[in-house]
Amino acid sequence: MIIAEQKSFDEIAKMAANFDKVLLLGCNECVTVCLAGGEKEVGVLAASLRLLRKQGDRPLTTLEETITRQCEWEYLDQIEKLAEEADCIISMACGVGVQFVAERFPDKWVIPALNTKSAGGSVQHGVWEERCGLCGECILYKTGGVCPVARCSKRILNGPCGGSQNGKCEVKDVDCIWDQIYKRMAALGRMDWLMEIELEKDWSKARDGGPRKLVREDVMISE
Amino acid sequence: MSDFQPKIVAFCCYYCAYSAADLAGSMRLQYPPTVRMIEQPCSGRIDIRLILQAFEDGADGVYVAGCLEGDCHFLKGNYRAKLRVAQAKKILNDVGIGGDRVEMYNLSGSMGPRFAEIAHEMHERIKKLGPSPLNCKAQSGPPEQKAGPIAAGQQ
Repeated sequence: MIIAEQKSFDEIAKMAANFDKVLLLGCNECVTVCLAGGEKEVGVLAASLRLLRKQGDRPLTTLEETITRQCEWEYLDQIEKLAEEADCIISMACGVGVQFVAERFPDKWVIPALNTKSAGGSVQHGVWEERCGLCGECILYKTGGVCPVARCSKRILNGPCGGSQNGKCEVKDVDCIWDQIYKRMAALGRMDWLMEIELEKDWSKARDGGPRKLVREDVMISE
Repeated sequence: MSDFQPKIVAFCCYYCAYSAADLAGSMRLQYPPTVRMIEQPCSGRIDIRLILQAFEDGADGVYVAGCLEGDCHFLKGNYRAKLRVAQAKKILNDVGIGGDRVEMYNLSGSMGPRFAEIAHEMHERIKKLGPSPLNCKAQSGPPEQKAGPIAAGQQ
């Protein structure tokens, strides 16, 4: 899933300072799971903004809604009337959701309430770790299902580097992922696979190649 | 401000604080009438939204009273409440209400005198802090209410 974190309250309040009626829009997918932009977080942010503005002479009216997914037109269609009522929309989704909302409601100012962090998962309650680097060409079959692109600080494809000490990375306080790959391949009896030299990766398939677009004609609905 | 009588909302766990309040009553212990109790099935029922709503609806202070640590009837409810109250404090500081206006207390059902003591303690604290900024009519504007560069370009 996509992992996101709420921006500081001060930042959100400043972005919304010139509006009197805002729609706080949550998303029931990834950001609900990472406790950043679900129904509950919408309620807390809406109440916080109201509490701040009630102290002044410009109180804020909030509309609250959480939809199944902000990154799909059909769910955004459902909030058309609600969006019309509001001066602006505070999107509590990832960057994808924010852009879909802005595109669907072109006459509305859209404020992002979250910072989108990474693609990963929850390893324990309250802790989320990055797992996928979205490189566009998966090599997990070569590394025992452990990703060096997302989880090695240096993105080394033939690791570990000289900075791996006692299973720890020299760059950040994380496990050396090549140490993990080594241990996993040893446990699976596939150490010989690691002897193969991985050649340079084609980064044009990653974000480095520009914005990516996927088209599948087989699932397109013809008019 | 000496005649200020705060409105304090106490979210009390049924298994401890609520029983302790009952005991305090049976013991004829006096505690301030400024405390309004709301019975909860467990302090773990507390949600940050409930705390914020209390302030929106006019409370000057809020406290959550749960079982002693390790004694929660539902095992971990009071630990969860403690974390949520800590988060509510942060939010209340951010919005300018003040995190000191919310507190978490732990007691058992047999601690009637402690219940009265907590009520006194919170009453005195809120009295010292004064009315919630929302209840101060003289307030001229919200704290740090400045338009950011993006918002300033709108409207």
